[in-house]
Amino acid sequence: MKPSPSEIRDWLDQVPDPEIPVISVVDLGIVRDIRWDGDTLQVDVTPTYSGCPATRVISMDIETTLRDHGIDKLRIETRISPPWTTDWLSEKGRARLTEYGIAPPSPAGGPDACPRCGSAHVEKISQFGSTPCKAHWRCRDCLEPFDYFKCI
Amino acid sequence: MAEGALFEFLCRMGDNTLVLGHRVSEWCGHAPVLEEDIALANTALDLIGQTQMWLGLAGEVEGKGRSADDLAMLRDAWDFRNVLLAEQPNGDFGQTMMRQFLFDAWHVEMLAALTRSSDARIAAIAAKAVKEAAYHVERSGDTVIGLGDGTTESHRRMQAALDLLWPYVGEMFLPDAVDAAMAEAGVAPDPASLRPAFDARIGAVMAAATLTIPEDDFAHKGGKSGFRHSEHLGHMLTEMQWLQRAYPGASW
Repeated sequence: MKPSPSEIRDWLDQVPDPEIPVISVVDLGIVRDIRWDGDTLQVDVTPTYSGCPATRVISMDIETTLRDHGIDKLRIETRISPPWTTDWLSEKGRARLTEYGIAPPSPAGGPDACPRCGSAHVEKISQFGSTPCKAHWRCRDCLEPFDYFKCI
Repeated sequence: MAEGALFEFLCRMGDNTLVLGHRVSEWCGHAPVLEEDIALANTALDLIGQTQMWLGLAGEVEGKGRSADDLAMLRDAWDFRNVLLAEQPNGDFGQTMMRQFLFDAWHVEMLAALTRSSDARIAAIAAKAVKEAAYHVERSGDTVIGLGDGTTESHRRMQAALDLLWPYVGEMFLPDAVDAAMAEAGVAPDPASLRPAFDARIGAVMAAATLTIPEDDFAHKGGKSGFRHSEHLGHMLTEMQWLQRAYPGASW
């Protein structure tokens, strides 16, 4: 019996993002499609940023997880269109990011609040942070620097 | 439309991002402050990622089995199709950021137009890349303003950078036979049509940066046609391609 795509999605929801391990690759919104093509499982993955070095690791992690669940005929394809957007981040993912100390993306172009103390009194330090998907901000109340997940 | 022209066009897009991406990566570990080092490395990463898509498609269109890596690492200077601006040396941090802003301001208009390309593969790459380019131009423009309208010393250096690099701007907008074939087929815009939006952005930023755009519109050319690159490209390729030249097929 072939497992259903929704069951497979639950497995992939256990695969952590290699750079931000508190969220899964499903939370990140990069698993775009899971379907059976005959007896071959096809998973479409979209990169966050075109040069993100984690992309290749993510594909490998997905493949390993699927093989561990007994799927040996599988194909992982990179799909670039439509381009990834932070709108695809799950609600669970956003909540986990905040708990982890990373402010989730906001259409306003900056974080709503400091992920540590909740103050809205924040300022940008640099447009880029420790990975392509983040920027560097600072709280002017608790004075702690923090990462902000860029909104694209 | 000749497939040869499409291949040329894709090499131009991919070589611009490859050569500029490599130049920017030369700053890794050398930038004036940690935040700028990280920002430059991330910008380089975006550009190299875009290169993978453009040169990957170029190899596919060419149909001779060459991969993006083959095109990047095994062609010599005369086969490169990047604009001369992209290969100019980094100079100081201000000169690097001025080069970045002049390129980004062209790049973002070009990519926005390419999202409407008649070739779906090109439109898809452009839709991905334009989001990154929009972010780059915001940062490079802000930095040009910050340094131009900064101290006497930073202002002097930014004006010198603009005077040095301005003669390399024109080439990005000069159409040739490849551009005409692309425009005819609806694949890419006539580069000259991008100039008004570019001028508007550059004008606003330079005014805020208290910098003066040179009056002379003389333009060096020969990069995107491959007719005559500046001496800097060969030196850059020597370093960039060294590993594949010394140990053909090396991988990890």
